[in-house]
Amino acid sequence: MAITLRINDVEHTVDVDGDTPLLWVIRDVLGMTGTKFGCGLAQCGACTVHLDGTAVRSCQTAAADAVGMKITTIEGLSPDGNHPLQIAWRDHNVPQCGYCQSGQIMQAASLLKDTPNPTDSDIDAAMSGNLCRCGTYTRIRAAIKQAATTMVGAQ
Amino acid sequence: MTPRRMPGEAIANISRRGLLSGIAAGSLILAIGLPAQAEEEKFAGEGMANGLREDPKIFIAIAEDGTVSVISHRSEMGQGIRTSIPMVVADELEADWAKVKVVQAPGDEAKFGNQDTDGSRSMRHHFAVLRRMGAAARQMLEQSAAAEWGVPVGEVEAFNHAVLHKASGRSLDYGALAKAAAELPVPAADQIKLKDPSKFRYIGKGETRLIDGFDITTGRAQYGIDTRLDGMVYAVVARPPVFGGTVKSFDDSETLKFPGVLKVVTIDPTPAPAAFQPLGGVAVIATNTWAAIRGRELLKITWDDGPHATYSSEEHKATLEAAVRQPGTVVREAGETDAALAGAAKRVEAEYYIPHLAHATMEPPAAVVRIVDGKCEAWSCVQSPQATRDNLAQRLGIPVENVTVNVTLLGGGFGRKSKPDYVVEAGLLSQAMGGTPVKLTWTREDDITNDYFHAVSMERLEGGIDADGKAVAWLHRSAAPTIMSIFAPDPKQEAGWEMGMGLVDMPFDIPNLRIENPQATAHTRIGWFRSVYNIPHAFAVQSFANELAAAAGRDPKDYLLELIGPPRKINTRDISVAWNYGEDPALYLLDTGRLRGVVEMAAKASGWGRELPAGRGLGIAAHRSFVTYVAAVVEVEVGEGGSLTIPKVDIAVDCGPRINLDRIRSQMEGAVVMGISLATLGEITFKNGRTEQTNFDTFEVTRIDAAPKEINVHIAATDDYEQPLGGVGEPGVPPIAPALTNAIFAATGKRIRSLPIRTQAA
Repeated sequence: MAITLRINDVEHTVDVDGDTPLLWVIRDVLGMTGTKFGCGLAQCGACTVHLDGTAVRSCQTAAADAVGMKITTIEGLSPDGNHPLQIAWRDHNVPQCGYCQSGQIMQAASLLKDTPNPTDSDIDAAMSGNLCRCGTYTRIRAAIKQAATTMVGAQ
Repeated sequence: MTPRRMPGEAIANISRRGLLSGIAAGSLILAIGLPAQAEEEKFAGEGMANGLREDPKIFIAIAEDGTVSVISHRSEMGQGIRTSIPMVVADELEADWAKVKVVQAPGDEAKFGNQDTDGSRSMRHHFAVLRRMGAAARQMLEQSAAAEWGVPVGEVEAFNHAVLHKASGRSLDYGALAKAAAELPVPAADQIKLKDPSKFRYIGKGETRLIDGFDITTGRAQYGIDTRLDGMVYAVVARPPVFGGTVKSFDDSETLKFPGVLKVVTIDPTPAPAAFQPLGGVAVIATNTWAAIRGRELLKITWDDGPHATYSSEEHKATLEAAVRQPGTVVREAGETDAALAGAAKRVEAEYYIPHLAHATMEPPAAVVRIVDGKCEAWSCVQSPQATRDNLAQRLGIPVENVTVNVTLLGGGFGRKSKPDYVVEAGLLSQAMGGTPVKLTWTREDDITNDYFHAVSMERLEGGIDADGKAVAWLHRSAAPTIMSIFAPDPKQEAGWEMGMGLVDMPFDIPNLRIENPQATAHTRIGWFRSVYNIPHAFAVQSFANELAAAAGRDPKDYLLELIGPPRKINTRDISVAWNYGEDPALYLLDTGRLRGVVEMAAKASGWGRELPAGRGLGIAAHRSFVTYVAAVVEVEVGEGGSLTIPKVDIAVDCGPRINLDRIRSQMEGAVVMGISLATLGEITFKNGRTEQTNFDTFEVTRIDAAPKEINVHIAATDDYEQPLGGVGEPGVPPIAPALTNAIFAATGKRIRSLPIRTQAA
């Protein structure tokens, strides 16, 4: 079936089964590979995107359910790649292999939207669904705090 | 980690081309053999298959706009090598980091030298070569500038991407000199002038941004799974759930009805020992990954489970227990251990168990392969691009010169991606599709259930202390299925290089000791997992050191130092250790002074000895692996029901000269988390030959809420860049599990000898 998805402010009409997870539409049909496959079970967070600004696991979101919503992927988080979180991630050299980091950054962006000054336990609660097998967690925490400071300061 | 040259063992021929020659004989020699006299021993990079290449014209290119391109012939899996290689070259080249980029080499060892990215070897083996190539290129630029100006080369000097002639105030930037410099011959080895390390601008400074940082944080970075080609189709494979199993029959009628499914293809199993060749199975090829996954669910397959159908972890644990309670092959001996144990004032016995583990790289194995006009081209996340090329050529029947392997970023490696079975699968599927590009993805279930698992292991220790608490006897029996089981028919003993990972090179100064290796059988695919057999060996040795300290009524840190003994430099050959991580034992001595040094550094940084509230404890452990010395102090808080909180870890590392400080720190931070993960949660168990874990819901790994709140990395300093380098990627892992269980003992008095810990601290 033909469905129309609005991703990073661009409309795409795709012909897929409506049950197809949004992840595979984004990656395989539309060729946007910043959103990663990690588990297919909402256990790792690598596929995290925003639906109307809130983080969801795209591997567990049927494409049909995202129709009419504003979908944001890592490619659309900021026009120039300089969202305060992206800058903080680079300042702290957070990534090791980097594979999970799209999902981490998208999850963190959702956190900061709801909780501009997160405590450690806020960070634990929001980020514990996002696995990093390289173990970059202490730097993720530090980068989120830096970005929070920048964003609050900018307001 | 790949065993390719092991002094004293005939298994030097486990090259990827002659996989099996000589293994059966070699596996019986174990670690005791003397070096083969006939063949001159080679060490370090020269000892690897295809050795080292040192040619700046291959590795460095300077464009007329001044852009310096440096080849990374090593795979990037998070260790930072794509940043560290250009850093070294750029430093010697006097290049401006802003004008440096990295180019990933395809698999071609004839051109680039050995490319196996494992064994914590990239910088250890290549630092000196990279420096010389950068310096040679700098000298060629200086010569071309001197020729341009008609002045003696001694009057010009390269500085920050330009060559200067001070006397006349002239300068030419690298872009302007590139063409002429490239025409010059490369300076002879004895003419190369390295920079004085005091003038390094990047090496050892730790201020260099990751070269892929922007791409990673914006989703542009390309991993193997991200490769896209025109006309590409997508595949997943149903593999035998039991190692050695085969497809008896299958029905694909429902699969073929599923929208998007294009074809069902069988992959023949590879007879054991299969090395890096596929397990076989039934593949579903479709227009997208999701359709392939759904189509696979609709396959009706009857499996013949083969010879390992009854593999049960519970029963195998009992088998290993029985094995270590009997004498095994003696692999190192000194003094009169039995008499010393019998005569000891106090005897301590303990057995330590670590289950199989899965690598669970965040990017599962994935590859794209196409075949055009008889030429095969692959794109994949591989640690071993030449092995990938050779295995593709062999299995597809295509001459190796017609096989190209493009190396993408790796979304984690940890040893899993040294084994390119998944690329061969993609190649076979492309062949079955008439050469159409096929992207093969392993789902997480595939990854967890069909991994090359970290070996299960049982370690038994017996120790004796005298009336003063001094250790006088040490007996260690280590049993674990060997990785050699993927290369040879049913070997039963640990290979010499496996025992060289913390078993026979045990550094304690004890007069009577015997180390034995009872037999063990592999019932699944066993493979390298970050730090490999150092994990069980360090867990056992460092736990038992702590148990002896408790028996002696001594402080664990002081007692550990006493066990290590006074500083001494040991040639590992003198203590029957043939394998020294492939390094020259005369150059890379086992230096107990350095081991003491990291123990003291970690202890001091952690505030060892400080008062802690009830339920809290500090634990210490130290280990040499990959010719690097690491000690860790873990602080733990044990809560209700045995819940664990880790407020702080101090990890001290002495890896010799330090190249990329930030990446040394990040590798140690990551190793701490991986060590905590395997200690607290990691476990693959088998029942009826099948893993009982399938995804991250059942194979758990540490998440941010359970990770240490604070990890402090302390790096021993040296300014002497002539000293040999140690590895960095792996050696942080082994001391973490015993430091944690030792901390739990300090907090609760509870001794944990079987991993994972889960709620055992309750």
